[in-house]
Amino acid sequence: MKAAPLRPAPYRVRRIKRELHGVTTLELVPAQGAVPAFEPGQFNMLYAFGVGEAAISISGDPAQADCLTHTVREMGAISTALAQAHPGTMLGVRGPFGTAWPTRAAEGLDVVLIAGGLGLAPLRPAILRLLAARPLYGRLILLYGARSPNELLYRHELEHWRQRLDVDIHVTVDYADAGWHGNVGVVPRLIPRLGLDAQNTLAMVCGPEVMMRFCGAALHDAGVAMDRIHLSMERNMKCALGLCGHCQFGADFICKTGAVMRYDQVAQRLRLREI
Amino acid sequence: METLERIVLAHRFFAGFEAELGALVAGCARNLRFTPGQYLFHADEDVNQIYLIRHGVVALEIAPPGRAPVMFATEGEGDILGTSWLVPPYRWRFDARAVGLVRAIGLDAQCLRAKCEADHHLGYEMMKRFLPELSARLDQTRLQMLDVYGTAKP
Ligand SMILES: Cc1cc2nc3c(=O)[nH]c(=O)nc-3n(C[C@H](O)[C@H](O)[C@H](O)COP(=O)(O)OP(=O)(O)OC[C@H]3O[C@@H](n4cnc5c(N)ncnc54)[C@H](O)[C@@H]3O)c2cc1C
Repeated sequence: MKAAPLRPAPYRVRRIKRELHGVTTLELVPAQGAVPAFEPGQFNMLYAFGVGEAAISISGDPAQADCLTHTVREMGAISTALAQAHPGTMLGVRGPFGTAWPTRAAEGLDVVLIAGGLGLAPLRPAILRLLAARPLYGRLILLYGARSPNELLYRHELEHWRQRLDVDIHVTVDYADAGWHGNVGVVPRLIPRLGLDAQNTLAMVCGPEVMMRFCGAALHDAGVAMDRIHLSMERNMKCALGLCGHCQFGADFICKTGAVMRYDQVAQRLRLREI
Repeated sequence: METLERIVLAHRFFAGFEAELGALVAGCARNLRFTPGQYLFHADEDVNQIYLIRHGVVALEIAPPGRAPVMFATEGEGDILGTSWLVPPYRWRFDARAVGLVRAIGLDAQCLRAKCEADHHLGYEMMKRFLPELSARLDQTRLQMLDVYGTAKP
C-alpha cells in the first residue's frame, strides 16, 4: 500500500475544533504531496512526536480531498497530546489502514447506522457518503446514543441532518434533565420499533463493545442477517501492519481484518472475556 | 365500549390477545389525554391505572432531594406504564410527565386485578405480556448502569 508504511509522513494541523470536553477534531494537511484517498471506516496511525502513536479513525468527508479529519478523545498520553495539538503543530501520519464500511454493498438496501458516544466519528464518513448518493439507498436510519445531551458529538451536524426529510434520526441518551425533549433509554431498545424490512436491511454499528453486542443481538432478533451487520472493532493496536500482534482478537489481527468486521465473524468472540 | 375494545386490542402490548379477553380488559379501560407538562402521576401515589400510550412521549423522572429531576427513560407510542399494578403495595416509584400532547388508554388497576383474580386464564395471559416487559426493562437498566460511554473508547 505504502512504500514505507512504518515511517510516518509529516502533517500540519490546519484547524482544530473542540467538540466536547476532552474531545477535539483535527484537520491535517500534508507537509508535501497529496492526501491519500481513503474509504469510510478506515483509520490512520497518528504520531504525536516524542509521545507515541495511536490508531485514530478518519472522521472526515471521503469526498473532501484536501485534508484528513480525525476526532480524538483524551484517554492517555498519546490521545491527549493529539487532542491538545494547536494549529501549526506537526504530527506524523501512517495510513490509511483497515477495512471499510460496506457503502457499496449497501446500495439498493435500507441502511441502519448505529453509533454510541465517540463511535459517531468513524461512522461520519459513511454517513456523508450515503447522504451524497442518497437515491442509491432505501431508508436511511441513524440511531445515536450518548451518555447525556451535552455529550452529543457533532450536535450541529446532527441537527442539520435531521432537517432533511430523507433520513430518520433517533438520538437517545442514558440520562437527561427536563430541558431535553428527545429519547431517554439505551440504543438497542430503539431497534425493535423501527419497523425494519429486515430482508432488505444492512446495518453499520460503532460504539463501545458492550453496546455493539446488544445492538448486534437486537438487529439479529429483528431479522437482519448476521452477515449484513457490520461492527467496528476498535481494539487497541500498535503497528497496524499485522506484525506486532498487539490487536489480536481471537484468530484475527484487527488491524488486518478490521476494524470493520461482520457480526457473524465476531459474535462468538464478543462474548468471550479473555480476548 | 366496542371502539375502546378495538383500541385496546390495537395497542402493541395486546397484539394477538384473544378477543374475549380483550372485551374483559376493555371493561376496565378509558380514554385519557394529557397536555404538555402535565403529570400522569407522581412517586408514592397509588398505582390506580396502567397506561397504554397511544400517542406522544412520557418522561419518567426521579427527583433527588434538592436537585433537579433526572429523566431516566422516555416511553412512547406502543409502550406501557404501570408494571407495578400487580405488586403490592401498588405504589409508583417515579414521576411521569407528558413531554408533549399524550393520548393513552388507562386500565383501572383494581378492576383488572379483580378480573384476573376471577379468571386466571386472563391473569396468566396478562402475566405473559407483563413479564417480558419487565425483563426487557431490567436488561435496559443493566446496560444503562454500565455507563458504557463513560470509560470505553470510542
Ligand atoms: C481502529 C481504531 C480506531 C480508533 N479510532 C479512534 C478515534 O477515532 N478517536 C479516538 O479518540 N480514539 C480512537 N481509537 C482509540 C485509540 O487508538 C486509543 O485510545 C489509544 O490507546 C490512545 O492512546 P493513549 O496513549 O492516549 O491511551 P492509552 O494509554 O493507550 O490508554 C488510556 C486508557 O484508555 C483505554 N483504552 C485505550 N484504547 C482503548 C480502546 N481501543 N478501547 C477501549 N479502551 C481503550 C486503556 O485501557 C487505558 O485505560 C481507535 C482505536 C482503534 C484500534
